[in-house]
Amino acid sequence: MAEEKKIKVLTGNEACAEGALAAGMRFYAGYPITPSSEVAEVLAEELPRLGGVFIQMEDEIASMGAIIGASLAGTKAMTATSGPGFSLMQENIGFAAMAEVPCVVVNVMRGGPSTGLPTLPAQADVMQARWGTHGDHAIIVLAPFSVAETFDLTVRAFNLSEQYRTPVILLLDEIIGHVNERVTIVDPGSLEIFNRIVPSDPPDQYKPYRHTESGVPPMIAYGEGYRFHVTGLAHDETGFPTNSAAEIGRMLERHHRKVEQARDHIVQVDPFMMEDAEIGIVAYGSTARSARHAVRLARETGKRVGLLRLKTLWPFADEEIRSYIGQVKSWIVPEMNLGQMAHEVEWALAGSAPVTRLNKVNGDPISPPEIYQIIPG
Amino acid sequence: MFNYESYLRLDKFPLIWCSGCGDGIVLKSMIRAIDKLGLSKDDVCMVSGIGCSSRLTGYVDFNTLHTTHGRALTFATGIKMAKPRLHVIVVTGDGDATAIGGNHYIHAARRNIDITVILFNNFIYGMTGGQVSPCTPKGKRASTAPYGNFENAFNISGLAQAAGASFVARATVYNAVQLEKLIQRAIERKGFSLVEVLSPCPTAYGRRNREGTPVDMILQQKETTVSVAAAEKMSAEELEGKIITGVLTDVERPECREEYQKLIDSFRKEG
Amino acid sequence: MAEETLRRKREAEITINTAWCKGCVICVELCPEQVLVMERGKAKVAHLDKCTVCGLCELRCPDFAIVVVDKNKSPKTGE
Ligand SMILES: Cc1ncc(C[n+]2csc(CCOP(=O)(O)OP(=O)(O)O)c2C)c(N)n1
Ligand code: SF4
Ligand code: SF4
Ligand code: SF4
Repeated sequence: MAEEKKIKVLTGNEACAEGALAAGMRFYAGYPITPSSEVAEVLAEELPRLGGVFIQMEDEIASMGAIIGASLAGTKAMTATSGPGFSLMQENIGFAAMAEVPCVVVNVMRGGPSTGLPTLPAQADVMQARWGTHGDHAIIVLAPFSVAETFDLTVRAFNLSEQYRTPVILLLDEIIGHVNERVTIVDPGSLEIFNRIVPSDPPDQYKPYRHTESGVPPMIAYGEGYRFHVTGLAHDETGFPTNSAAEIGRMLERHHRKVEQARDHIVQVDPFMMEDAEIGIVAYGSTARSARHAVRLARETGKRVGLLRLKTLWPFADEEIRSYIGQVKSWIVPEMNLGQMAHEVEWALAGSAPVTRLNKVNGDPISPPEIYQIIPG
Repeated sequence: MFNYESYLRLDKFPLIWCSGCGDGIVLKSMIRAIDKLGLSKDDVCMVSGIGCSSRLTGYVDFNTLHTTHGRALTFATGIKMAKPRLHVIVVTGDGDATAIGGNHYIHAARRNIDITVILFNNFIYGMTGGQVSPCTPKGKRASTAPYGNFENAFNISGLAQAAGASFVARATVYNAVQLEKLIQRAIERKGFSLVEVLSPCPTAYGRRNREGTPVDMILQQKETTVSVAAAEKMSAEELEGKIITGVLTDVERPECREEYQKLIDSFRKEG
Repeated sequence: MAEETLRRKREAEITINTAWCKGCVICVELCPEQVLVMERGKAKVAHLDKCTVCGLCELRCPDFAIVVVDKNKSPKTGE
């Protein structure tokens, strides 16, 4: 049985839309914003053909609310936006985390703050993706570095959100969103797709927030005879608000545990020429493309340098970075922000090796020579 | 006279609302209306925002969703678009719907999406202790309008009418029988339907504005309201300070999800 | 038989759930027949014989705390 493969030239935004459809996403709500709008435009065309729903909402707050509603009704749902819209979504992202509603939020990063640089790339929403909504909460954030990987990580974003009942944020940047690349589209049937686990309990015994071993409670959709309650208030296993400190603590602890104990499954890094590297670069998104290039240039001159590319930004790949302690003598963290991930790398290394930051926030991408120049030796 | 029990989550009682709060009277009317329509509890999805009134969803045995402040209609839109067979009913306060949620309110009405909104208008922010709302009448006092409200109030029903809702009605808890009938008609009418209910808040509004006891506030509704039929025969001067109750709009208009379904179906035929 | 049903007198049975009653006095003051009174902050039936089973007290009780049934008629039930 030959796998059917199609080669397509797509932008990252288009690959994101295709990946979402392949993952089974059938509900999109969004509000137009550069540089993400193509995601919506592709889906406005494709979703009705597949019996799915596309709706342009009145703003990003509404978009986020609508996808949570659709997901609770049993449909895989997503929205896409950029900085200003991502800011507006934060309160309802917190709702999705608290109420454990699977959904995917795509943020095609542009320069900020405020309206900032609508058409230029940035990577400055990394911390917002982690901590944008108020309160402690678990979150999963992925960042692809190519068009092909955008397809793959979009599928993965849905799988992770369904598996762990949590919002998943996919961070693209303007470069990844708009660059054209060849993508091999595999037969959707050959993709590994995870669908939320439904309860085996009868309705009268169903607890929508049951404390399971995995930390993930089975989930049923509205309208299937279960009649449960969902709230953003602190609640117990039954889903109803509670004032019991013990119950509240237990629930919030479980939210963290379900992601933390699965971190080895969730966290993915892509080491490039790291086997014998003495100098390590940590990069992600479009900056990782320049970093790869810089590694090749430096290798030609005999420098033992490698790239540890982050595919998962949160949970943070601290263990993966620490595994190079002793081997890698110094690190470089180039990013299109003022050092958001460098801070995490420093924290992970706890002073065991120096970290050099390379930061840029003027809308110019970080070029390979810029990275190459600061590689020591 | 009516057995509400099968619709209630009795283990959550008593209700959190204050003594004499009108919200419980609205809740009862909603249940009677749903019962009259013979809807299956499994097919009803009730969605609320944040506020005293929005706590209602915790007490009823339907598919229930208590969302974020002002955003109930956005979640409800997602549910209705994704699963149109559900009867989606939104419970919201005047602040929830017209201040922080004002944008969603007019857009849901514009889309004429098949959602029934029961809007509890108590002229105040009850839950947070009596701050001024966009529906507080001019001159009335609130904790953040200690010298009297200097702003104009929204005409909530008028907003929905102007935005394109299929059904708009205003009711009181005083006339709970009419309220029940209007809710019933609102659910029956396909498209965006609104029932604005004047629900007394004796604690945060009544006390501050010397409106008397809960009973006084309920009886006052009888004095300040006139029916649509009566209003038609009254002059503008006579109508000054009066609130019109009854059906304000009831028209058949294309409904959002059905229009989208036509699009989906057109591809099915093609393919 | 049919005639007898028609002529059957209304006979009230009023139940007050004191655990839910918040003593708002709505039922007491809006009862057209002064059937109810307040006692220690809760509603109480004082003159059951005067009750016409109009149901207004139940209709307007915000707390589901008062239930009126006509003993000669089966109550309307939900679902
Ligand atoms: C984003 C946000 N802002 C403010 C609040 C605080 N808040 C909770 S309820 C409420 C007002 C509720 O008033 P209304 O909608 O009229 O409902 P009521 O309590 O009177 O029934 C406010 C301001 C909040 N929960 N969320
Ligand atoms: S504060 Fe007002 S609206 Fe809130 S429960 Fe009390 S009486 Fe009702
Ligand atoms: S049923 Fe009517 S008459 Fe009887 S107690 Fe209630 S309000 Fe009074
Ligand atoms: S109306 Fe209900 S809550 Fe109020 S006093 Fe009567 S029984 Fe009690």
